[in-house]
Amino acid sequence: MRYMPCMSDTVDFSRGPLEALIVCPVCDATYQLQRPKNGEQAVCGRCHKVLIAPRRKAGMQIIAVAIAVVVLILAASVFPFLQISAGGRSNAVSILDAALSFTEGPMLVLALLTAGFILFVPLLRMLLTLYVLVPVVLDRAPARHAIPAFRLSEAMRPWSMAEIFALGCAVALVKVADIATVDFGPAFWMFGVLVVLVIAQDGFMCKWSVWNSLEYPKRR
Amino acid sequence: MQVVCMELSGISKKTVTAREAGLVACTRCTRAWPLGTQVCGRCGARLVSRDVHSLQRVWALWLVGLMCYVPANVYPMLHTQQLFSVDESTIIGGAVELAHHGAYGISAIILIASVVIPLGKFWAIAFLALSVRRHTGFASHRRLVLYEVVEYIGRWSMIDIFVVAILSALVQLKGLAAITPGPAAFFFALSVIFTMLSAQAFDPRMIWDAQTNDDEAPDHG
Repeated sequence: MRYMPCMSDTVDFSRGPLEALIVCPVCDATYQLQRPKNGEQAVCGRCHKVLIAPRRKAGMQIIAVAIAVVVLILAASVFPFLQISAGGRSNAVSILDAALSFTEGPMLVLALLTAGFILFVPLLRMLLTLYVLVPVVLDRAPARHAIPAFRLSEAMRPWSMAEIFALGCAVALVKVADIATVDFGPAFWMFGVLVVLVIAQDGFMCKWSVWNSLEYPKRR
Repeated sequence: MQVVCMELSGISKKTVTAREAGLVACTRCTRAWPLGTQVCGRCGARLVSRDVHSLQRVWALWLVGLMCYVPANVYPMLHTQQLFSVDESTIIGGAVELAHHGAYGISAIILIASVVIPLGKFWAIAFLALSVRRHTGFASHRRLVLYEVVEYIGRWSMIDIFVVAILSALVQLKGLAAITPGPAAFFFALSVIFTMLSAQAFDPRMIWDAQTNDDEAPDHG
């Protein structure tokens, strides 16, 4: 761990330029902005929240992953996902079928929520990420409404539950195993890759760098 | 990985909060603005120095979540129809049944995701919300860890809903076996959603304010 001095307690915050400050969103501690180099992290000294974590070529990586995820979500939701067979009867379902299995009365709400959590929210997040990041990474002016788009994408982060659905599959398979034999469709493997990509992407993304480049598009 | 610590290395170790500096921080994009600014000029988020009304929202959502959690455990989660027998199992009943079949790992996952985590979350959110008002002797760092665990783990309770969704879509073998979701699935999903909203409504900056007050007024025990 390397500690860098970045603030003295005599600084009058109310007079200096405010864009030279960074405030920890978790504990409200205020610091003079100290931009870490690529691969380094700037961490709040009080609560250890990671404030800035830039990575080299992160933008390109995020865009590549986002495109892959969009393709995988579309493919995984249409192709057969799991198939079971027992006593000569069989049933194959896609992810969309699984999400829409709650169809009676108030259960319909649940079906829409489930479909949203595992397909539409991850899909929309990736599309918004592309919309915001592509112009920034190509050093163009930010897209129109890029700021509300990124805000929406960040607000949806906890509601994107693809990885939880993946673990749910594992649990469901064990429950089914003694009733019937289970076969994996192509979508199953696509979904597995998708989960890994989604988790990896969360690690690449430095929110502060995105906000900063939206505020100062040309300084990058 | 190199870590740059945004820490003051000088003589004084006291952290200056944005509020003490006469600033209000944007919790979404970490930008600082003069106290009294209403909307963040960078990301457009609404700025509040300390969201004092957040506790009311936390408690309201917490209560709705708790109220949904009761029917989620009373009503059956799954209707399983196998040849001539119809079986209705609740969350706990289903997990116990799995354990009888020898699937201890899966049974443990379900019990942890649907019973231990939700109950732990109700306790943790209530504890955090109370600790902001009263002195608890529970250090800010540990309370922050608790908050982060709640925020991170809360979503995983949805796993049970997804299991029910997969099972009821998949196990539709006419005449042989059919699984349909029970009403508990609906209430359980609502309970998870409302506790997630409750945790999100909590303003973690208040955790640290309580500690600062403790430091300044050690007599208040």
